Amino acid sequence: MGTRNYRRKTSHSEHGPGDGGRTGSWRVERPVFDQSLCIPCKRNKETCFICWLFCPETVISRTIPPKVDLEYCKGCGICAEECPTKAITMVDEAKFSEEEDKE
Amino acid sequence: MNKDFIEIRWHGRGGQGAITAAKIVAGAAFISGYEGVVMAPTFGTERRGAPVMTSLKISKKKIYDLSPIEIPDIVVVLDHLLLKEADVTHGLKPGGIIVLNTPKPYESYHFKDYRLATADITAISVEAGLPHGMVNTGIIGSLERATNLLGIDILIKGIEEEFSTRKPGKNSLAAKIAFERTVAGG
Amino acid sequence: MHIIENGNVAAALGVKLCRANVIAAYPITPQTPLTERLSEYVESGEMKAEYIPVESEHSAMAVCIAASSAGARAFTATSANGLLYMHEQIQWASGARLPIVMCVVNRAVGAPWNVWNDQQDSISQRDIGWIQIYCSDHQQIIDTVIKAFWIAEKVSIPIMVCYDGYILSHTYMPFDLPGQEEVDAFLPPFKPEYALNPETPANLNTVTLPDVRLDVQGELAHGYMEIRYLLQEELRTTLNVAAEAEKRFAEIFGRGSDPYIEPYRCDDADYVAVGLGSITYQLRVCVDALRKEGIKVGVMGVRFYRPFPDAAIANALKGKKGVIVFEKALSYGYEGALASDLKSALYEHLAGSGVLPFVQNFILGIGGREIRTDDLTQALRTATQGRVSTEPTWIGLKL
Repeated sequence: MGTRNYRRKTSHSEHGPGDGGRTGSWRVERPVFDQSLCIPCKRNKETCFICWLFCPETVISRTIPPKVDLEYCKGCGICAEECPTKAITMVDEAKFSEEEDKE
Repeated sequence: MNKDFIEIRWHGRGGQGAITAAKIVAGAAFISGYEGVVMAPTFGTERRGAPVMTSLKISKKKIYDLSPIEIPDIVVVLDHLLLKEADVTHGLKPGGIIVLNTPKPYESYHFKDYRLATADITAISVEAGLPHGMVNTGIIGSLERATNLLGIDILIKGIEEEFSTRKPGKNSLAAKIAFERTVAGG
Repeated sequence: MHIIENGNVAAALGVKLCRANVIAAYPITPQTPLTERLSEYVESGEMKAEYIPVESEHSAMAVCIAASSAGARAFTATSANGLLYMHEQIQWASGARLPIVMCVVNRAVGAPWNVWNDQQDSISQRDIGWIQIYCSDHQQIIDTVIKAFWIAEKVSIPIMVCYDGYILSHTYMPFDLPGQEEVDAFLPPFKPEYALNPETPANLNTVTLPDVRLDVQGELAHGYMEIRYLLQEELRTTLNVAAEAEKRFAEIFGRGSDPYIEPYRCDDADYVAVGLGSITYQLRVCVDALRKEGIKVGVMGVRFYRPFPDAAIANALKGKKGVIVFEKALSYGYEGALASDLKSALYEHLAGSGVLPFVQNFILGIGGREIRTDDLTQALRTATQGRVSTEPTWIGLKL
């Protein structure tokens, strides 16, 4: 199967999870939000969203609280690094049971 | 002088306006029916006050050879002091014309084999109301007097168009006075 | 309307008539008067464009890449070491398929430092996926700039419009200045396939894998190799687009010629001189002189250098006894790049015919060394008596 009829002739990828494949399986650590520290959660106001802005896979939602699409989150930890209030902690995947994943 | 193909070399100093003068003559030649007009300054760095050359070729046909002039028909010298610094007659055809801006009398020069035309363009330009040292329009009047190349009217028109926002009347007056006062040898 | 101006002004007027939206440039001799003129047009309001003064040529091309990605018609110009400093970014522009037009005012490259004309700068950028067109006079400069935007935008490939530094850039000659209405009729506003837009965000030219992949919509998208193949394929078909451009241009402006080559007195010639740029016009004078001596010689200017019009060139040189290549650049360690390309085209198209002309390579005018017409005529005359050397022969060398 070839790409002869693909509509673009350049390297072009659109915003959206999954552009790099199903990257959720790469994850070794998972971002966990502490809502008592997260600015939009504390103020109940659409503000900050630094995590949303910096996520290279665009898998963090701009919502209160921000949600992570674990199907595609590769666990890079950039959100935790950038969060101005240290509300995000990277937690070892082994600590989550398969049951929790399904929630 | 063969009037189908004429090569004029201009000697001036950086900033003196030799390029503009040559450009005015080029434009007048073009509208007089010379299809080929090529004007090239000295290639390289341009420095105010340093001796510079500009070459102007005019031809009834399109010019394909852009190489520098080797055997000019006419040389125009915008500053008589350049005679000491540059070999202005280099390659000049026997019987070729030298147009020289100088305050010295015509009789004080002796160019063997060449026809000389002189005028004190520096003084004439001041008389016409131009700032001291503006000689590039006056010299055009001398050139026409010495060569009878294109007719003074078309050159005056060219000067007034080129200097349309910068004292057109005074610039053309300088050329007119120079045309009248140029002393040209036979 | 005919005007008398220098080559840089011819280029600047072309860019103005094409209504370029963004100009980013860093001044370098002998390109400087071109970008100065453009900045004056923008400053005076004569031209509605964004003029972005940058701190280097690398940035100039980066700005053009960004502007073109956002859907702007972008222009820059440079010479010599400025072009070399862009080297990384110009390849990005072609890989990203951005229809930027750049004037290369040909100048020798350092070391040693030299501001005069040869063509080593653009020749050294031959293999980077840009279209390269060479001009021989001011009419070609302004016309080529106008055609270049049309071709570039049609095929999404950037174009270098090359013309000799000083010899053309600083020399004044008459040329016909096209009217704005005609240019507007020829060149519609730039409409890119995709332009960066906050409403439809996208990643352009990020890490692209060796193999093909599924995109966000689940469609099979190209890998790096497919994208590179398409650049080559579409560069080759650009030759057809150039012919279309020439035809359209002739319809609107009433002048046109062969889009790839410019032959002069070649039809019945036994020997043909070949070159790029203004040298080919000077060679016309030599050809005329040699014809008077009874020597059957012609000259052919190569206007399109990349993509290389190999078939058209081989066809024009078919049946000739000798091809004499005059070059102001060389592939150091071998020979002139054009000579190699010509040999390749001749072998490809004429090898089976039993008659292959010899190819004599002359190198001249390096670093602005004066090319006297008499010397040029003498070199051409000598070469019509048989190939001078298997190695490139330098003219005017004082060693």
